[in-house]
Amino acid sequence: MFASANPKRFLDLTAPYEPWLWGLASLLIAIGLWQALLVAPPDYQQGESVRIMFVHVPSAWMAMFVYAVIAGASLVSLVFRHPIADVAAKAAAPIGAVFTLVTLATGSLWGKPMWGTWWEWDARMTSVLVLFFLYLGYIALWQAIEEPTRAARAAAVLALVGAVNLPIIKFSVDWWRTLHQPASVFRMDGPTMHPAFLWPLAIMALGFMVLFTALLLLRMRTEVMERRLRAQRLAAAGD
Amino acid sequence: MTPILALFRRDLTLAFRVGGGPWLALAFFAGVILLVPLGLGAAPGQLAAVGPGLLWIAAVLAVLLSLDRLFQADYEDGSLEQLLLADAPLSLLVLAKCAAIWVTTGLPLAAASPFFAIQLQVDEEIIPVVALSLLIGTPALTLIGAVTAALTVSVRRGGLLLSLLALPLFVPVVIFGAGAGAAAASGLPYGGALMLLGGLSLFFLVIGPIAAAAALRLHLS
Repeated sequence: MFASANPKRFLDLTAPYEPWLWGLASLLIAIGLWQALLVAPPDYQQGESVRIMFVHVPSAWMAMFVYAVIAGASLVSLVFRHPIADVAAKAAAPIGAVFTLVTLATGSLWGKPMWGTWWEWDARMTSVLVLFFLYLGYIALWQAIEEPTRAARAAAVLALVGAVNLPIIKFSVDWWRTLHQPASVFRMDGPTMHPAFLWPLAIMALGFMVLFTALLLLRMRTEVMERRLRAQRLAAAGD
Repeated sequence: MTPILALFRRDLTLAFRVGGGPWLALAFFAGVILLVPLGLGAAPGQLAAVGPGLLWIAAVLAVLLSLDRLFQADYEDGSLEQLLLADAPLSLLVLAKCAAIWVTTGLPLAAASPFFAIQLQVDEEIIPVVALSLLIGTPALTLIGAVTAALTVSVRRGGLLLSLLALPLFVPVVIFGAGAGAAAASGLPYGGALMLLGGLSLFFLVIGPIAAAAALRLHLS
């Protein structure tokens, strides 16, 4: 009961905001999509394909941001043994993995008409793929260890080791790309971004951020309930 | 100092008496190399181009497979708990175990790699670079692997999970390790890659045992 006291207080505190977050996320993403798909002009180089960017870029930002959230929560969880922090880290991981997958998938869809290939071993794509594997490993470790507090600490150690490694991985992959010059020459840096593109992108990014917060709170609530159920089942089995 | 040396000697003795010592890793390495021409074909020049990278991939696989038993056997028979009580920091004991397993996997692989490089028709001038890169880089693989092995020690059949956790973390080591050979093959300077590889090994020499010790403690508490 003591263990659930703190999470319960947290959930009571956040519950009133959740419907508002869902509404705000829907509104922002609806406006962002309308702006991105119907209002923004086609790019003079990329044509209509540029519209993929309005989903791709915010997803990529979120993919990195969510990993930072997990690493931060893991640090708090390890240092302060804070029960909410490891619930947050666990709840955030699948959301981050999906953002990473969306980034890879939309990038692939954009790459086919633009670069003529679904997949190019470009430095950024490779780094994002490695990030995806870090997410998968993190989620798999949570699943593999049954006892929640032990799983939480193992996952936290893994998340921190991964976070320490991410800059090294990024650097090494960039180094690798400069060593192996790609055959096809492509440039990600077109003209500096026009305001007509910047606004929809900013709205979409904000919408994704609010969506993440809403999803995170929902998943945290589910996780806390699952743990309570597990504790009750164990207690019932012990009687 | 004594408990650490004693543990190192014990693990080494165990590896030689019941684990086949370095020969098992070498035989596995040779087996992987045997599959390469069968899978890729042995057209002239083809193997030489990919040889350094293949030696690295084979080394990664050999190290991965060796990690499965790094802590598992000691965890199962309870001797890991005795190590917690030993009069030495757990991180240094972990380091002793890593050193022992590296002496029976990474070191013999690096030492034997010139032989396998010749088999893959790698240019003779590049062979020392490949061997050196394996010598410098395999400690990093073992030390990273020790963390993931410690994290999965209580997981039954954790071998696949261990590999999933370790592989993304191996990325920089493989890039600089195989990159040194690739750079040498195309006549580019390779010293930078070797130094970065050494930097990685030193880096994981510091954080690997600490993280692995933390992971072991949470499984034993």
